[in-house]
Amino acid sequence: MKFTLSWLKRYLDTDKSLEEIAEKLTAIGLEIEEVYDPSKTYAPFKVAYVESAEKHPDADKLKVCSVRTPDHGLQQIVCGAPNARAGLKVIFAPDGSYIPGLDITLKKTAIRGVESNGMMVSEREMCLSDEHTGIIEVDDQYEVGTPMADIFGLNDPVIEIGLTPNRADCAGVYGIARDLAAAGMGTLKAIESAEHKGSFKSAINVKLEDEGCPHFVGREIKNIKNGASPKWLQQYLKAIGLRPISALVDITNFINMAYCRPLHVYDADKIKGDIVVRASKGGEELEALNDKSYTLDAGSITISDESGVLGLGGIVGGTSSGAEEDTTNIFLESAYFDPARIARTGRDLGVSSDARYRFERGVDPEFTKPAMDLFTAMVIELCGTEDTSVSEIVEAGAPISWAREIAYEPDYTLKLVGMDVAANTQKEILNALGFSIDDSGKTWKISPPSWRGDVFGKADITEEVARIVGLDHLPSVSVIHDGAMPESAETLLLSRVRSARAAMAARGLQECVSWSFISEAQARIFGANDNQVSALSLQNPISQEMNVMRPSALPTLIEAAMRNEARGYGNAALCEVGPSFIGTAPDEQLMIACGIRSGSMYDRHWADKDAHRKVDLYDAKADALAALEAAGAPAANAQVRRGAADYYHPGRSGVIALGKNIIAQFGELHPGVLEEMDVKFPIVAFEVFLENIPKSKSKGTSKPMLKLEPLQPVTKDFAFIVDEALEAADVLRAAMAADKKLISGGDIFDIYQGKGVDEGKKSVALSLTLQPKAENLTDKDIENLIKAVSDIVEKKCNGVLRG
Amino acid sequence: MTDIHALKVELSSEIEAANDLQKLDEVRVSVLGKKGRITALMKTLGGMSPEERKTTGQALNVLKDEIAALIKSQEAALKKQEMEERLATETLDISLASRPERKGTIHPISQTIEELVTIFGAMGFKVAEGPDIEDDWHNFTALNFPPGHPAREMQDTFFLPEDPREEGEKAKKLLRTHTSSVQIRNMQETMKNASQDGGPPIKTICFGRTYRSDYDMTHTPMFHQMECLFVDKDVTMAHLKGCLTDFVRSFFNLDDLPVRFRPSFFPFVEPGAEVDIGYIKKPDGSIQLGKAKEGDEQKWMEILGSGMVHPNVLKNCGIDPETYQGFAFGTGIERLAMLKYGIPDLRTFFECDVRWLSHYGFDPLERPNSATGQ
Repeated sequence: MKFTLSWLKRYLDTDKSLEEIAEKLTAIGLEIEEVYDPSKTYAPFKVAYVESAEKHPDADKLKVCSVRTPDHGLQQIVCGAPNARAGLKVIFAPDGSYIPGLDITLKKTAIRGVESNGMMVSEREMCLSDEHTGIIEVDDQYEVGTPMADIFGLNDPVIEIGLTPNRADCAGVYGIARDLAAAGMGTLKAIESAEHKGSFKSAINVKLEDEGCPHFVGREIKNIKNGASPKWLQQYLKAIGLRPISALVDITNFINMAYCRPLHVYDADKIKGDIVVRASKGGEELEALNDKSYTLDAGSITISDESGVLGLGGIVGGTSSGAEEDTTNIFLESAYFDPARIARTGRDLGVSSDARYRFERGVDPEFTKPAMDLFTAMVIELCGTEDTSVSEIVEAGAPISWAREIAYEPDYTLKLVGMDVAANTQKEILNALGFSIDDSGKTWKISPPSWRGDVFGKADITEEVARIVGLDHLPSVSVIHDGAMPESAETLLLSRVRSARAAMAARGLQECVSWSFISEAQARIFGANDNQVSALSLQNPISQEMNVMRPSALPTLIEAAMRNEARGYGNAALCEVGPSFIGTAPDEQLMIACGIRSGSMYDRHWADKDAHRKVDLYDAKADALAALEAAGAPAANAQVRRGAADYYHPGRSGVIALGKNIIAQFGELHPGVLEEMDVKFPIVAFEVFLENIPKSKSKGTSKPMLKLEPLQPVTKDFAFIVDEALEAADVLRAAMAADKKLISGGDIFDIYQGKGVDEGKKSVALSLTLQPKAENLTDKDIENLIKAVSDIVEKKCNGVLRG
Repeated sequence: MTDIHALKVELSSEIEAANDLQKLDEVRVSVLGKKGRITALMKTLGGMSPEERKTTGQALNVLKDEIAALIKSQEAALKKQEMEERLATETLDISLASRPERKGTIHPISQTIEELVTIFGAMGFKVAEGPDIEDDWHNFTALNFPPGHPAREMQDTFFLPEDPREEGEKAKKLLRTHTSSVQIRNMQETMKNASQDGGPPIKTICFGRTYRSDYDMTHTPMFHQMECLFVDKDVTMAHLKGCLTDFVRSFFNLDDLPVRFRPSFFPFVEPGAEVDIGYIKKPDGSIQLGKAKEGDEQKWMEILGSGMVHPNVLKNCGIDPETYQGFAFGTGIERLAMLKYGIPDLRTFFECDVRWLSHYGFDPLERPNSATGQ
């Protein structure tokens, strides 16, 4: 919402400075977005006098002028304008001044060898209009030295505020003046307007057939003379970015901006029969005044006559009946439209207009008639002729009912916002804002004014008081932790998220935050079925690449690895803790910690020949286990088995599970997935399902007692030949079962296939740790153990101990 | 006796001549071993007269000790020499890189959230959670958004197909446009679990992804918000001001960071206020948070929206607004992180560029103090 300082002062009697007013506007909730003072831009430009103009010695179209300037004496200026001539008063721009229309700062120069100081400017160079055929000719009445800003009315600061959608009343300058007056910035002037009775009955009648327009006031005015509006009015409109069109249109725009009251003026001679306000039947066409044409949806509120739709009620008028330069008889509309209907139609048709902006926020329902009087008076003043005659008012419907009473205790402001404002002060503020108060009882009965459709309850009343008093008076009271014992603020899930993230990063993964939406193709690759794709598709996506809620964060990480690789940063190791979606219900949105490693584990290293190896599933398994453990999962008790999702390599992937409950999966990505995503390097991945981790059962924090064995442990190595399909962990598990008391630990330290091992077999080398309890082991004890281990491995795994 | 002296001289020179440990050991064996020369002389004592045995025995014992000491010191000298020779050959190129390890990083959004949890946790707030895919009721209606509010329009909200399992506004699925929807779930949950006279206080914070259909220099279709809610019998707007002031000063580690409240409008609060923090513009155009010194212009930037929870919102969650009242505020996590850590471009948060992650990310083991980030 824009207005100028002098426009504001039409309604506000004030001696406050622009700065004070601007500061107060922000303080009362009418936030200043910009204050533009054009007099500063135009300060260097003043009236000068051309004493002589001679032809340039080396150029036919240029003149060398001698110009008497106010501050720089006589200056020589080379000028190409055809109207540059001796005896002309011009606007002079000195060297060093900034020319807004050219976006340059003037420098002393020579044109075709002749020195030129400053310039005489055109309207376009001064951003006044597009006129550029010649330089500005100043009326002779202005003395040399008169500031250009004074002549062209460029000394009126423009104020722009960011209006919150609840304050329709301040979509008019008068409403802003009222707020400022209430906040002690001056005195609000009353709206002066006399009711005009009219001298004849209008031939045009109005019928309301749509409840979206409950009240319509019309009037015919005959024999007026349209034309350009006066300079003051044009300057107001131009200052706030509106183009002056004609006196009639300018008056409606002025009243709209001044009082938040949209009006529409028709050429009465172009209306056929009566005006009917009705819902569009759908499919009707409108050539609108904004130079666009619209096909109306059924249900839009139309202003129509016998010939069809004249305009879209409350939004935009049509060209067929608009007032033009030669219009002499007019019909004026001042109507009230339902905000929700206006919003819907405006949105559906994509029309923005100053009228829609106001109607959809809600204009003052009681101002429909007064606006008609204001308009009538201005038309008579600006367009009236000797023969002008004004009709009686044509009224259909009535103002909507808006009055309400709010029970309010003045103490409530202290209770809700903590500001102690005296009851009298509160009363003064509310009265100044137009509220009426019955304070005969302890509880006040407050009636908000007709223009405050946003005030419903006592909290709204308190807000009025608080904002006018000023939130800088709000005391500050710290919120302290009132429990005696410190407690964790985190939920179990958040604590898992934090721990898993730290564990992954500690293992070298870089945490990313990537989009929650991916392409449909990727969603399908990563496990979304038809139902999920349709339930999780955005109806208005940013792009087709971001249109389905992701079933997994892996595709966004894979794409990130590809982008990094393309930039020369391969081998990315990335992770993310974020949501994945299997449906739209709250419990179908999962929190998953996942990651990928791509390419090689490390760069080549001089000492570690294995450093540059390709990433493999064991890297991903370690990542998954680290994240699980950090998140509090009993990882040591978990089983690792096959059964990862289809986007993993079937033979090189697995799940980590507690019984049926899968808490993680890991592995190489399926080569088909890499192919489909056009990935040229190996990728391993893992996903940890944080919500599937069971809550720890142990109640206390105590650890079990540490038992230290007095005797040294002994390690004993074994190698078994088994079928190559057999998983090595099965061999170890079998071996360790040979003597559960004696064997305290075991590892697989080698897997071998090749020379010395038959085709289809492999050698699994184990190291078992034996922990004697009472006495040291004898050779016999060890012999017995070797036999027990080889027997059980033979029995369970068909394994043969290597010699 | 002359023999002993001569022997001492001879042995001493032999010991001195032994230039490695093996030779020295040979000398030791040849002198002090079972068949060594001194040992042999000792054996001759038995055949001597008591007189002679006494003097010779003493002299031999002295000789034996002296020679043993000489051998020991020669041994030490040789060991030292050997160590020095070994060290002289044992040089490695210390300029070479150590074996590789990868260092991961924590994303600035996560870091910021952890800092916020610490700060608000110290004030007694607890974390609450809610889903990214919300329904129209939780995201809008319950928050007192009137029908036709611009934020409900298609260009702002991402919509999903209706959920056939639900009815009415709860079937209308969308991506939450703010974390304020979590307030609603949080209050409803509290009232559901409340006993006869239970209910508030509710003192929660929540964090999460939020979504708006906007993508340009300063907007991304996904971003993160933090929301804070405190409802009790006598929580006033003064507590809101205190809480916010303490929070921004602690978060930015600036004790005198100026904080300004301006009245504003959000459908779910009444009164509503926007909160600005102070900064100054430095001559190079960059900004610096804090109080302006004399002569500098105090500038303000908006950092969050806040207010007293609207009575309609309380009612929608089953809380009696005649008994309870409270404050709420919400802010953007990325904005906080950008201001605190000097990150210039919002869009880069989501690009997963390893150069950016390495530069702006945080070391998982050397985490800065959560409250101050330093």
